[in-house]
Amino acid sequence: MFDEPVKLVLGLVTGILFGVLLQKGQVAKFQVLMGQFLLKDFTVVKIMAMAIAVGTVGVHALVSMGLAEFHIQTASLARVIVGGVLFGTGLSIFGLCPGTSVAACGEGRRDAMIGVLGMFVGAGVYVAAFEALQPMIKAMADYGKVTLPQLTSTSPWLWVGALVALIAIALAIVERLHPKRLNTKL
Amino acid sequence: MNPLTKTSWSPYLVGVGIGVLSWFSFATVDRQLGITTAFEYSAALTEQATAPQVVKPYLEAKAKDGKTPKIDWEWMLVLGVFIGAYASSKMSGDRAPEEKVPPLWRWRFGDSPGLRYAGAFFGGIIMMLGARIAQGCTSGHAISGILQLALSSWIFAPVMGVTGMAVAFLIYGKEGRRHV
Repeated sequence: MFDEPVKLVLGLVTGILFGVLLQKGQVAKFQVLMGQFLLKDFTVVKIMAMAIAVGTVGVHALVSMGLAEFHIQTASLARVIVGGVLFGTGLSIFGLCPGTSVAACGEGRRDAMIGVLGMFVGAGVYVAAFEALQPMIKAMADYGKVTLPQLTSTSPWLWVGALVALIAIALAIVERLHPKRLNTKL
Repeated sequence: MNPLTKTSWSPYLVGVGIGVLSWFSFATVDRQLGITTAFEYSAALTEQATAPQVVKPYLEAKAKDGKTPKIDWEWMLVLGVFIGAYASSKMSGDRAPEEKVPPLWRWRFGDSPGLRYAGAFFGGIIMMLGARIAQGCTSGHAISGILQLALSSWIFAPVMGVTGMAVAFLIYGKEGRRHV
């Protein structure tokens, strides 16, 4: 029923830091997330791209030192495509994603609280419909828990280097075109 | 000045923070940052207590993979996100304004809170169903999976991003860009 206490405490600490970062990043807000999808405000892209660039270097270093393992999901085409379409649709209707909606609840936003309730119901539907969903999930190819370097038999560091370089260029362009953020006081 | 009393930090600084936090979670518990598995486990535990027949096939399949729904590291992480955002918004005074309907939504659908709540509720259901089918969300796939170079995440992230944009423009149109 419970993880060991030290893991629970570490989870709580990690979560608190994550919550502070999301809140200070101004992404626990409907206007900012929809501003990204409408290509007006690029706060979400800036945060995510930076997190990926920094994260990928450290996590690959930890894994190559044997201090951690990859934790990735299986590349079942039906899962990621059907799931991705549903996720993107629901996200644009709700206006917040799972992490940012929980942070928005912390900000005291009532619509986010109702949305999180909906998320709980959605998780319940998935669990209850688990068996019924299997034929759909198994309808397309599943490439397994594979990484891009494994798939192409190349060094992960080649990918990490290219990804970081690409993000640096992309962010330089984004910053030129969209230097400002929205007025979230609106 | 205490940085926690500021309303916002540079998005780049926040991004670096989340990146370093991903190192921290791999280094301390060998887990990736994620949110929605905790919702799946909570729902499964609730259904186990109230409607055990409904959840039986799910639990049997999970048991085969050696995974049982529980209150785990990620569950506490979700709780922490709430607490962290609460504390941060309290310290900076960046609390939810009186109005319950965001300006863009109000421009499109009017200022009825009920309609906004309905949208949030149904959007939340669809989004979470998608997250559990894909086994990840913005955190688990689009940040953690992308940074691990997982094939699944490199398909999921563009699919959800393009769909999200298409639906956003479908709902609000180009005109909506003036209201964000």
